Amino acid sequence: MQPLIEVKNLKKYFEINNGIGKKKNVVKAIDDVSFTIFKGETYGLVGESGCGKSTTGRTLLKLIEATSGECIYNGKNILQMKNREMAEVRRDFQMVFQDPYSSLNPKKRIGQILEESLIIHKIGDKNSRTEMTLEILKKVGFQEEHYFRYPHEFSGGQRQRIGLARALILNPQLIICDEPVSALDVSIQSQVINLLQEVQKSFDLTYLFIAHDLSVVRHISDRIGVMYLGNIVEEAQTDELFERPLHPYTQALISAVPISHPKQAREKIKLKGEIPSPLNPPSGCVFHTRCPYATEICQSQKPDMRTFSSGRRVACHLVEE
Amino acid sequence: MQQVSINTKDLKKRMYAEQRSLWIKRFFYNKMLVFGSLLLILLGFLVLILPFFIKSDPLVMDTVNRFKAPSSEHWFGTDSYGRDVFSRVIYGGRVSIIIGLAVTLISGFFGLVIGVCSAYYRSLDHILMRFCDGLMAFPAILLAIAIMATMGPNSFNVVIALSIVFTPYVARVVRSSAIVIKEQTYIEALKSQGASAWRILALHIAPNTISPLIIQCTFIFADTILTEAALSFLGAGIPAPEPSWGNILYDGKLAIFNAWWMTAFPGVALLLTVLGLNLFGDGLRDLLDPHTNKAKK
Repeated sequence: MQPLIEVKNLKKYFEINNGIGKKKNVVKAIDDVSFTIFKGETYGLVGESGCGKSTTGRTLLKLIEATSGECIYNGKNILQMKNREMAEVRRDFQMVFQDPYSSLNPKKRIGQILEESLIIHKIGDKNSRTEMTLEILKKVGFQEEHYFRYPHEFSGGQRQRIGLARALILNPQLIICDEPVSALDVSIQSQVINLLQEVQKSFDLTYLFIAHDLSVVRHISDRIGVMYLGNIVEEAQTDELFERPLHPYTQALISAVPISHPKQAREKIKLKGEIPSPLNPPSGCVFHTRCPYATEICQSQKPDMRTFSSGRRVACHLVEE
Repeated sequence: MQQVSINTKDLKKRMYAEQRSLWIKRFFYNKMLVFGSLLLILLGFLVLILPFFIKSDPLVMDTVNRFKAPSSEHWFGTDSYGRDVFSRVIYGGRVSIIIGLAVTLISGFFGLVIGVCSAYYRSLDHILMRFCDGLMAFPAILLAIAIMATMGPNSFNVVIALSIVFTPYVARVVRSSAIVIKEQTYIEALKSQGASAWRILALHIAPNTISPLIIQCTFIFADTILTEAALSFLGAGIPAPEPSWGNILYDGKLAIFNAWWMTAFPGVALLLTVLGLNLFGDGLRDLLDPHTNKAKK
């Protein structure tokens, strides 16, 4: 498989101003994250809220300026690009947002919303834009008459499909799905996920799928990266990760997924304490404050990301082959 | 391919026609808007067209017929100099409405631009808003008098002075709603597409601030007429013999117990204008808001 984008040592620090003359605090939202997304796959990014998964997605589109790091696409580092160069990358990278209610301009018709993307990228003329819009609306399950509707006339799931259509209309390479189904009803979730998988095949798409719902991520992802406090702690193929999680945090996370069978017993790993503040992250391994197996080395030394057999990567001192 | 494009063209045309008829339906469904527009059209006709057809001059004095009650000859009576109140109200309305309209449009436009820009650019925000705070700290009339005193009293200067006075109020209102809109996800979506700042500001943020803007503008129109009246009274507005609703009212105030018609008629005219404008503004806001689309097919 060919890598589509390679993210290397991505960092995003937010500075917090405490007022004039006081020391600035630094929030390490993303602290040294590296991963590769291959062409045609779905890469899931999971973690608790506030662990930096959405921030990672947004830095790739330069909605948030990264502090340092690289993101290689087509042999070029897009984080260093000027606006003009970036315009072409933006056409290839699209985003589907979490909140279906605020992601569509309430004053614009659906057709206008979709055509806006084409106008920004200067594609086609007036008629061909309309044609493309009607075509894409059909692809996501709408009729021609929906072209003139306003967003408030649609339900959450329908709006999310419109959001997907807005991403698809530019025929992109990568779609960053930022929790695309977490605001939806469970029955609607499956509908949207099925549509996502359908268009992935027909448009030959790659997804970066950001979510906190493990069952959704398990269903759609080929590979999964688990994030904790701005770090990727483990990365593996989906099946491997769920069958044999190696990192203690992943183990705890997976044991927290509800089991569908009531009599099936499973040991639940309960983590003690709260997720530490990214304002003042723990020394050494960021997870050591809550890790049931933590030893001395965990407190003093930050574990390196080590690659094991079959390409899975874990950042933990204690994991052995 | 040719076939397809013709079909979409037809389709689009048909859809637009459908939408137009829907708009017309929505317009007539909205009773407030219909009533408000009728009132404004009527007043507009009286004030802008009628002066070409009535013979009586609002400036001609007839000292023999002072303080005459309304009659068939003088419909609204005569004032302290024997001038015809009817023609004064009509002519004065022209001045008042044109000034009100001009001030509303100018301060609405600049307020919108300043408000939207200061919401979008954080660095501009501090400069523009402190400037607006400074202007708002003065009482409106005092500020207008100060500006008029430096520029001299004539109707063009009244427009400029009142525009300066009212622009910060619009800018404040627009800014506060633009700040909310700026944080919406659809703006982020546009940024991720690489839309230019101008495009986001003019085509996406500004249209979404329209409802509070319209409300504020109807207030300003009414306020302008009243402030202009106060200015005229203080001698800093429309110079004396030329009528405006404001200075007719103030002339009449002195004789309100002897000649009620001098205040009643311009007062009613002012009331109807402001009422019509408020109804029109409210209706327009509802018409432009897709959420209040009650008259569905």
